[in-house]
Amino acid sequence: MDELRDKRIIQGLLFDIEKKTRAFVDPVKIMEVCGTHTMTIHKFGLRKLLEEAGVDMLSGPGCPVCITPNEIHHAAIELVTENPNHILTTFGDMTRVPTELGSLQTLVPASGSMVKIVYSPAESLEIAKHNPDKEVIFFGVGFETTIPAIVLTARFAQEEGIHNYSILSALWIIPPPLRAILESKDTEIQGFLYPGHVSAIIGEEPYRFIADEFGIPGCITGFEPGDILLAISSILDQINEGKARIANEYARVVKPSGNKKALSLMDDTCETKDAYWRGLGFISKSGLRMKKRYSRIDAEAKYGLSIRYGASDLPGCRCGDVLKGKISPPECALFGKKCHPDSPHGPCMVSFEGACLAYYKYDRRG
Amino acid sequence: MCLGIPAKVVQIDESQVGKVDYLGTKVKTNFTLLENVNKGDWVIVHAGFAISKLDEAEAQETLELLREYAQTLEGNG
Repeated sequence: MDELRDKRIIQGLLFDIEKKTRAFVDPVKIMEVCGTHTMTIHKFGLRKLLEEAGVDMLSGPGCPVCITPNEIHHAAIELVTENPNHILTTFGDMTRVPTELGSLQTLVPASGSMVKIVYSPAESLEIAKHNPDKEVIFFGVGFETTIPAIVLTARFAQEEGIHNYSILSALWIIPPPLRAILESKDTEIQGFLYPGHVSAIIGEEPYRFIADEFGIPGCITGFEPGDILLAISSILDQINEGKARIANEYARVVKPSGNKKALSLMDDTCETKDAYWRGLGFISKSGLRMKKRYSRIDAEAKYGLSIRYGASDLPGCRCGDVLKGKISPPECALFGKKCHPDSPHGPCMVSFEGACLAYYKYDRRG
Repeated sequence: MCLGIPAKVVQIDESQVGKVDYLGTKVKTNFTLLENVNKGDWVIVHAGFAISKLDEAEAQETLELLREYAQTLEGNG
């Protein structure tokens, strides 16, 4: 599908967007919820082109590594430094998040213990099968895109009687923080680009309240420049017509009802909880935990962890304000100075989807 | 983290495990989260799991819409 990056098509779309914003005095503010969208927008130089076409893009809370608070990292670090013969597995980005206790990459593990990077939750379960004399804990972080894959390993472990496997979960669901953002009085958002792969799982309905209660337009979209611009064009049409809805530009991947098999698996294994998001604080029913019958696989229950949340960001780190959309990354005093990709001071400079890394790589001036 | 790659199914066994071809590389993939997956289907793979099947008719529709924008530009000089 080369058309999604075709120069003439992109120019045509930008021309169309510029035409649709002419009637507005101020730039139209649209939030891209998903961190992978943030990367596309910066990588292809769309942020600046859209600015010229009358649209300001704001980054949303859609980077799971970024919004996972340091307290859960502390728990992970303690598990592998205090318990011998434990293997803690996790996605690569998670190992580089700096905290007061260091990071998973810098820690000194207990005797016989180690941290291992995995690409898939399935690999973690394989590691547990191949190391029956060790305890394997998967530090699983993710939104609805990743949650089914993570909890499926819980079900497999249960079915196959693998007792040395557990999950330290940081599972987040996307619609509740969008409500929190809309309910905060200072929001200026006029439209949402909804995440493509979260929506592949949850479908269109969970966003309905945004159009119906708040009258804010939105569009589910894919990850190519053409996808992003088509979605923005649709949002502008909705604004101009005064009719907010849930448009779906990514219908080649996202079905209106989502992935029913994945949703029923999540329903079967998990229940909602009030979860603490970095920068956004506690949000009602915005996280998932495993149901009681999976408590043997839930590391929090298995190890009797009691994680206390508060403000544990490193001094000077303003990832919280970046995630709230209160500042853009270059406004942080540490940006590009004390905090850069080789020596990150906060998760938004670590993650491939982090707004600070996107700005650093593609939009740094001077 | 929510990065998903479009890839073609090249192998699938009864336990819903198999491989996809992504730009010539064969990647081990679990298909448990989908129904009725067959060899030759295009899927979105995320963290080792196929999470969605690509719908060719919908993809064609998006392509046609995109092509119209190239013409829009020509129309406006």
